[in-house]
Amino acid sequence: MTATSAPARAAEPSGTTARTGLSRLLPRRNPWGHPWFLEGFTWLYLIWSLVPIAIAVLFSFNNGKSQAAWQGFSWRWYFTDPVNSVLHNPQLHAAVIQTVRLSVLTTIIAVPLGVAFALGINRWRGVTSSTFNYVMILSFVIPELIFGVAMFFVFTVLFTSVHLGTLAEVLGLVTWNVSWPAIIVQARLVTLGRQYEEAAADLGANQVSTMRRVMIPLLGPAIFASAVLVFSGVIDDFVIVDLLSSNASNTPMSVIIYSTQHGGNGGPALNALGTIMLAMSLIIAALGYVAYRWATRGERGSGIEALTTIAGSE
Amino acid sequence: MTAPPGLPRAIPQPGGAPGGARRGRRPDKKQSKAFWIALAAPGIIWLILLFIVPFYAVLAIAMGQLNRLFESPIAVWNPFAWSSSNVINVWHDLFGATSFAGPIVLRTIGYVAAASVLSLLIAYPAAYFVARFSGRRKALFLILLIAPFWISFMMRMLAWIDLLQTNGYVNRVLSALGLISQPVNWLGGKWFTVVLGLVYGYIPYLILVLFAGLDRIDPALIEAGRDLGLNRVRTFVRVTLPLSRQAILTGMLITVLPMVGDYFTNQLLSGAANTSMVGNLIQGQLGTPGLEGQGAVLSLLLLLVLLVPMVYYVISTNRSTREAA
Repeated sequence: MTATSAPARAAEPSGTTARTGLSRLLPRRNPWGHPWFLEGFTWLYLIWSLVPIAIAVLFSFNNGKSQAAWQGFSWRWYFTDPVNSVLHNPQLHAAVIQTVRLSVLTTIIAVPLGVAFALGINRWRGVTSSTFNYVMILSFVIPELIFGVAMFFVFTVLFTSVHLGTLAEVLGLVTWNVSWPAIIVQARLVTLGRQYEEAAADLGANQVSTMRRVMIPLLGPAIFASAVLVFSGVIDDFVIVDLLSSNASNTPMSVIIYSTQHGGNGGPALNALGTIMLAMSLIIAALGYVAYRWATRGERGSGIEALTTIAGSE
Repeated sequence: MTAPPGLPRAIPQPGGAPGGARRGRRPDKKQSKAFWIALAAPGIIWLILLFIVPFYAVLAIAMGQLNRLFESPIAVWNPFAWSSSNVINVWHDLFGATSFAGPIVLRTIGYVAAASVLSLLIAYPAAYFVARFSGRRKALFLILLIAPFWISFMMRMLAWIDLLQTNGYVNRVLSALGLISQPVNWLGGKWFTVVLGLVYGYIPYLILVLFAGLDRIDPALIEAGRDLGLNRVRTFVRVTLPLSRQAILTGMLITVLPMVGDYFTNQLLSGAANTSMVGNLIQGQLGTPGLEGQGAVLSLLLLLVLLVPMVYYVISTNRSTREAA
């Protein structure tokens, strides 16, 4: 579906010169000949990057305790095993629920917070606003461990009424992820310019209704994209939740995989857990992609653009 | 300020004359500014309380004291009462006669340098191919390049742990090819396993940035290079490479910064002390009574070292956003 909408520009180098009659008369040396070596290299990279994951997913269906030797297909690590399956092992089961809970809560808080911040900062020009804009971008690039250490200390030493656990995790994750909507929405505001707002104001709309009826719909795709990024970012997050979780009831999937696998053979139930994480992320990504395409349907642009936006690289 | 009845539903299209006739009254400047401040305020307050204050807390603990009875850190909030005992301890750990942290720092630099150079050598050709030559299959390639971005880091590490086990597929394939006579214990503290793990973990981010940068280069510039008689290699060196310099820098930054603070890749793929990195050091001190103050000092030092690349990144991002405007 996306292949057809790829921009024509992309197809240009290999196609244009070869098809003219003149080039057939010239010596066979086509300056834009297909770089087979590069293509082979790219495929090798893709195999290296994706096949291990496919194998790991396969082993989540292994009918045996090994993560390395195939013993037939089964669902035992998902449902049927009465003790060690994701469904029946209380720790694994709780981890799935905790991950979903953290993702939903963080997205609900971080997205409105970030969107409002982006709108306010972008229009309110001043020293304060630009300072905090820098602080926001800084929170985007700071290594997660350093940020996690700061969160750990602030909740154990200063805001001690916030105990380590779900609340601390949500507060940490919101702070870590709020920069997605803040940055993506600002980028969109810059491309939109001020003409829509000015037109709405000229037509007599006040600021609140301009926001509600003009700006929010126009920012829709950016808000969507950032919500997807926040949600899947929380599913995948490890460092913050590792430092801020306190016991089994508030430990999400990534931390369970890490702490169980570390130093030993965790068994295919971990692969099942990882596969569930993967499925969640991919479903969110696919929904986000479709929603993004739908929201930008009237605009010029391509599937490629939607893909890179959803992946967070504008 | 009430909206006149019959506010049109259709939003004016760009390209019209937005600033043309100004019929309506515009909101006065003061009221307008208050509105924007009110919108930005929750985010600003959040950042102050949960980003700026936490770093002051780290500073207060780093410069604070130790409760000898409970071995717990005491934060000292008043800068005039700061003590340097933690800093001195860390200094001895790093540079003293019995320094154990010094080698760890050097190892971290070595691993991160090796991993980021290797990442670039792998990522650049792949991103270059997809951006320039993938033709109508571009979307397919892009989906495949982006896929790892959506797959949890832990799942991706788990995949390699499965493969690298002593009875795993890597050993089986290698011995079937006759390259090894007995299984190699890849997960038992091998530095190249850790470096490859770092490359595998962070390369998707680099590839995406490189792709975005290379995709933006106007093909006409490259064609001009060829038309003016440069061969393929020289066109690449003289035209494409300089034009992608910014993407390379940004991409390296966004992979190096998290690699420096990584402790889990290492822990999962080796777990041995002889491959531990700065991240492991900090994370280990965090849960250890008596050492938390030193953990705070170390993470602040790390922040200080990384501040230069971070500020560079922030400024260059801001500049490119403004240029896009």
